[in-house]
Amino acid sequence: MLRDMLAIVTAASRLMVGQSSYRAYCDHMAAHHPDAPVMDERAFFRSRQEARYGGRGGGRCC
Amino acid sequence: MRKAVVWGAIALLGTWALAMVALARGETVNAVWVVIAAVCTYLIAYRFYGRFIAKRVVGLDPARPTPAHMRTDGLDFVATDRPVLFGHHFAAIAGAGPLVGPVLAAQMGYLPGMLWILAGVVFAGAVQDFVILFVSMRREGRSLGELVRLEMGTAAGVIALFGTFLIMVIILAVLALIVVKALANSPWGLFTVAATVPLALLMGGYSRWVRPGRIGEVSLLGMVGLLLAIMFGRTVADSAALAPWFTVSAVQLCWILVGYGAIASLLPVWLLLAPRDYLSTFLKIGAILALAVGIVIVAPPLRMPAVTQFVHGGGPVWSGSLFPFLFITIACGAVSGFHALIASGTTPKLIANERDALFIGYGAMLAESMVAIMALIGASVIDPGVYFAMNSPAAVVGTDPASAARAVSAMGFAVTPATIAAVAHDVGEQTVISRAGGAPTLAVGMAQIFSQVIGGKALMAFWYHFAILFEALFILTAVDAGTRACRFMLQDLIGLAVPSFRNATGIVPALVGTGLCVSAWGFILYQGVTDPLGGVNTLWPLFGISNQMLAAIALTLATVVLLRMKRQRYAWVTILPTAWLLVCTLTAGLLKLVSSDPKVGFLAHAARIDAAIARGEVLAPARSMADMRAIVWNDRVDAGLTVLFVAVVVAMVLFGLRAGLGALRADRPTVHELPGQAVGA
Repeated sequence: MLRDMLAIVTAASRLMVGQSSYRAYCDHMAAHHPDAPVMDERAFFRSRQEARYGGRGGGRCC
Repeated sequence: MRKAVVWGAIALLGTWALAMVALARGETVNAVWVVIAAVCTYLIAYRFYGRFIAKRVVGLDPARPTPAHMRTDGLDFVATDRPVLFGHHFAAIAGAGPLVGPVLAAQMGYLPGMLWILAGVVFAGAVQDFVILFVSMRREGRSLGELVRLEMGTAAGVIALFGTFLIMVIILAVLALIVVKALANSPWGLFTVAATVPLALLMGGYSRWVRPGRIGEVSLLGMVGLLLAIMFGRTVADSAALAPWFTVSAVQLCWILVGYGAIASLLPVWLLLAPRDYLSTFLKIGAILALAVGIVIVAPPLRMPAVTQFVHGGGPVWSGSLFPFLFITIACGAVSGFHALIASGTTPKLIANERDALFIGYGAMLAESMVAIMALIGASVIDPGVYFAMNSPAAVVGTDPASAARAVSAMGFAVTPATIAAVAHDVGEQTVISRAGGAPTLAVGMAQIFSQVIGGKALMAFWYHFAILFEALFILTAVDAGTRACRFMLQDLIGLAVPSFRNATGIVPALVGTGLCVSAWGFILYQGVTDPLGGVNTLWPLFGISNQMLAAIALTLATVVLLRMKRQRYAWVTILPTAWLLVCTLTAGLLKLVSSDPKVGFLAHAARIDAAIARGEVLAPARSMADMRAIVWNDRVDAGLTVLFVAVVVAMVLFGLRAGLGALRADRPTVHELPGQAVGA
């Protein structure tokens, strides 16, 4: 129970700054693109960072 | 049966609390009653109105796959747990807006602001956020501009994009102005905020090379750095050698911010923007939670009257009467058009099930509204005399405690020079007089509440600077990120004429785009900073009008979509708030243009100054003819912007009417929902 809550808080905190789940990404790649190259955790982190601030959308309010 | 009893009890408790707040005359009301009234309102609104919209109006379909499933890619489209996504969405919509507007609105007393925040969020703000989230979710998570183009035509899409760009510029200028007002001539405040730049660079390096991806770790290190910076700030402020370095005037600070915004939006994001975002996001959420806990523990009495004489206009903080100006002063917290951009941004791509959209769209906005209520409480627990001394322009209250106490007491809020000086001393500042913009006032309120929980008077200065840092930090992050977003928006707009401009990575478009954006908001910021009337007075209404107009545009889109879905029976859900916002913003816009009261109308004000120039007179607070001419020019620019806003919103409503009537005439649904193709399947 407590561990679940902690996991939610961690995941929510990471998503607040644009970092979606690396495990979900790996699961997706394994399920849908088993032959495609998979980013390692560091590359994934950087790609999410780029997506949040480098791209379009802004994504923050007044 | 048991459920009916529980909801009946909540309704009774809410009504009782509202009655305590609204009907208590002549005795002080405790802030806890405001909190109870708000929470009960939210619960009932969510359970009954929110669910009604979900089931009947838009018809959420739990069996229908969301973009996160249809286009799943493990990156942008990921089915995300409801509470996790709620946190993400709330952090994206909660910014400085809900903290500043209510503080400024407190000049009319706490009751008008509170009632508007509650009614506005239930019937307009949360409805807008939820329906736009729904509309985007049914269209592969497309952005507001694309949605408008899809449902209302290309021309409408371009106008919406242009309107959004203008609003962005105003928002950036106003946010930067709030920082300037809070940090000018405050070495302690400026030092702590400046310290976040090297701190962020260190964090950026750490999470780039040392331990990539360890956000918790690096943020914790950053937080320790921040606390040290706040503590060391006092030493800086007290030191004769260091203090002058961090004591800068408002105009200097304006130039620093403009330069900073330009550089920060061109630097690689991992270096400055990302780490500062970690700090500001977590600090923001932490401070909001702490304030909620603090208010409940301390249960402070509200010292501001329920209603002041300024409901009829003539207030020193901002001009104009309750209608329409209260409804544009409090935007975020009641209804904010900007949220339509967030609700059509990353969130719709992450929803796991359509059913979740209610909790995330409607629910997160209710939470933001609670933030606005807390800001209103923060402004209302401090001595009203101090509130007015802090928020009135120097032209009204002068610059020393004696003149401020005299002016504020004459308004009917008795206060002594000693009280004003004591507040400044308690929070470790030279002066708190005429620090308009909301942030410093809220910081005093927060410092009062926090210091009663931890530390007492001794820590009051620490808490004040903590609150200033918290606000300045996330405003500055919004300025960097906003300049970047604004630049892309501008590149898209120019790209309509010159296609090569859309290239996001080219150095020339980046430089030109950034330069134009920064000069646009820098120009308005400079005008606000040098405005003898204090800037906030002029710019906040402009910001409010533009933000509420964006909301009217978003709700028009929502209405068109409902009509296209052939759900006209329920279209009143979005038509009513659209109509109310149009009435408020168009009235406010027209008053700003044509009112003959120079305090309200831009053109009347310009005419008055012009007449004085013709007579060769210099009217205080201007000090020279050049000042006078600057004021006239500012007034005309503001009037021009107002005309543009009014034109954009009127055009959008006409497009909406055309699309809506067309949809009504059609004999079947004409909606452009995108079923989406499952990828990789």
